[in-house]
Amino acid sequence: MAEIRNYTINFGPQHPSAHGVLRLVLELDGEVVERADPHIGLLHRGTEKLAETRTWIQSVPYMDRLDYVSMMCNEHAYCMAIERLLGLEVPLRAQYIRVMYDEITRILNHLLAVGTHALDIGAMTMVLYTFREREDLMDAYEAVSGARMHAAYYRPGGVYRDLPDRMPQYEVSKWKSEKIVRELNENRQGSLLDFLEDFCERFPRYVDEYETLLTDNRIWKQRTVGIGVVSPEQALALGFTGVMLRGSGVEWDLRKKQPYEVYSQMDFDIPIGTAGDCYDRYLCRIEEMRQSNRIVKQCIEWLRKNPGPVISDNHKVAPPAREQMKANMEELIHHFKLFTEGIHVPAGEVYAPVEHPKGEFGVYAISDGANKPYRLKLRSPGFAHLSAMDAMSRGHMIADVVAIIGTMDIVFGDVDR
Amino acid sequence: MSSKLENLTRCLSEKFADDIVRLIDAAGEVTLEVRSENYLAVAESLRDDPDLAFEQLVDLTGVDYSAHALADSFSGRFAVVSHLLSIRHNVRLRLRTFAEDSDFPMVASLCVVWPSANWFEREAFDLFGVMFMGHPDLRRILTDYGFVGHPFRKDFPVSGFVEMRYDQDLGRVIYQPVSIEPRENTPRIVREDSYGDVGHG
Repeated sequence: MAEIRNYTINFGPQHPSAHGVLRLVLELDGEVVERADPHIGLLHRGTEKLAETRTWIQSVPYMDRLDYVSMMCNEHAYCMAIERLLGLEVPLRAQYIRVMYDEITRILNHLLAVGTHALDIGAMTMVLYTFREREDLMDAYEAVSGARMHAAYYRPGGVYRDLPDRMPQYEVSKWKSEKIVRELNENRQGSLLDFLEDFCERFPRYVDEYETLLTDNRIWKQRTVGIGVVSPEQALALGFTGVMLRGSGVEWDLRKKQPYEVYSQMDFDIPIGTAGDCYDRYLCRIEEMRQSNRIVKQCIEWLRKNPGPVISDNHKVAPPAREQMKANMEELIHHFKLFTEGIHVPAGEVYAPVEHPKGEFGVYAISDGANKPYRLKLRSPGFAHLSAMDAMSRGHMIADVVAIIGTMDIVFGDVDR
Repeated sequence: MSSKLENLTRCLSEKFADDIVRLIDAAGEVTLEVRSENYLAVAESLRDDPDLAFEQLVDLTGVDYSAHALADSFSGRFAVVSHLLSIRHNVRLRLRTFAEDSDFPMVASLCVVWPSANWFEREAFDLFGVMFMGHPDLRRILTDYGFVGHPFRKDFPVSGFVEMRYDQDLGRVIYQPVSIEPRENTPRIVREDSYGDVGHG
């Protein structure tokens, strides 16, 4: 009989299924994984160190670039940390806008997660479907912030500006005829809220579509059922949060258990899995999208009825309105000091967690009273999840490693920071 | 919520009466500071005691307090700070310990208590040079292979010490001292408490 040897192979750093720059050193016995050793840090940008050299507000755009598929949730945790240190109250309307955009972000993230997970293990159509809906939500991002991805929309004390009254529209060009433009602009005639409401009406049907593609799909089930099983105890010990924890049957969601902003006013359910495998986590993500859609709807309804300020009127933290700044000496001084010296945050420390689409994203900020953070630690969910790669993939076939990376919903901006 | 935190602080001060260096309850968060020799034992009872039941270590990080405006009020240069979560009691706790020796900071590893500490401790070792006694696999994690130094220490410049480029003549990537000057656009300022008040200077 031929001698069987163990093989060590490199999975990545350039591999389409590695979701970025993951170098995974796999020790194999035939096709069975004996040990998986992820090497990370290829996208390490030292965000935490950079933040120490910038004023508090200058680091807001860095937060977008951490987990670059759920931008606003990162900003949310960061702004919340600053607000807690300052003891600052956020206007109610800003809280609703934040919750609405958090949930839009959750849908965006899960669309990408489910789409690429399916793509990785052989169902190509899925990603084409999900990216179609991502387009609409990206437009909603663009309408409020001017940027499709790196929004920098949340600011300490509220959000940058109120929701726009009209949606940007497509224009006739060499590539888009008048007829096509008319069709594309059909649901963009009203305000942003009208556009989102139209989306919320359509979205459940789209989710049904995704489910027809995957939920009962024999190949999809063969690739995910019973793969990467994590028991509830194990999930807690490994530091899992979010869908990874709920998929194992632990009922834990910060939006319900430690509600922030106006989540306590919202009516929604938390799906949990039973088996703790990749398939259950997929089902959780699908259901979370439906629930997020419900929350967005409730926020739209509230936001229509209740106009008001969207950023704090404490001008030591948030800039004054442009007209006031031009007319009033004191506001001019505030404006000048804010954009040269920045906010002064009282000495202290705070840990502000949010229920990020991937899990618990926390910002641990230490201030010594200066206009810059003394230390900023970003607790990213992906980092903790990827550290369980070895425990989850041991004993699985090499093809299942791809399924496990997909189910962890790894994004490297988030893991490497 | 606040009564929950009161219960927690009372429970902690009873159980760890001898080990506590500081117990702070501020802004809705409880911080427990212990001496590094008691660190591991305290961590174990935090997890196993049914009244505390911190099942999860959410986050662990190093902190370099050397440049802090109130540096004198801390009992050392390097601290290891972890955030614990009890799902059973729905409460969080911050656990901090200072390494005794600032030149060779060393604290016990929490890997045996919470397996999730593994990578967080590797990160703290990589970025701050804190050694974790009893860690199964203390390698660098975020920095490059062969990196020298611990970049998140306060005496490490943001621009670093070496830069990397491709050398045409040697036909390989080489390291050389950095050619850029670190610059600071907005200076770091700590203002006195009364700054900005009406009638102030």
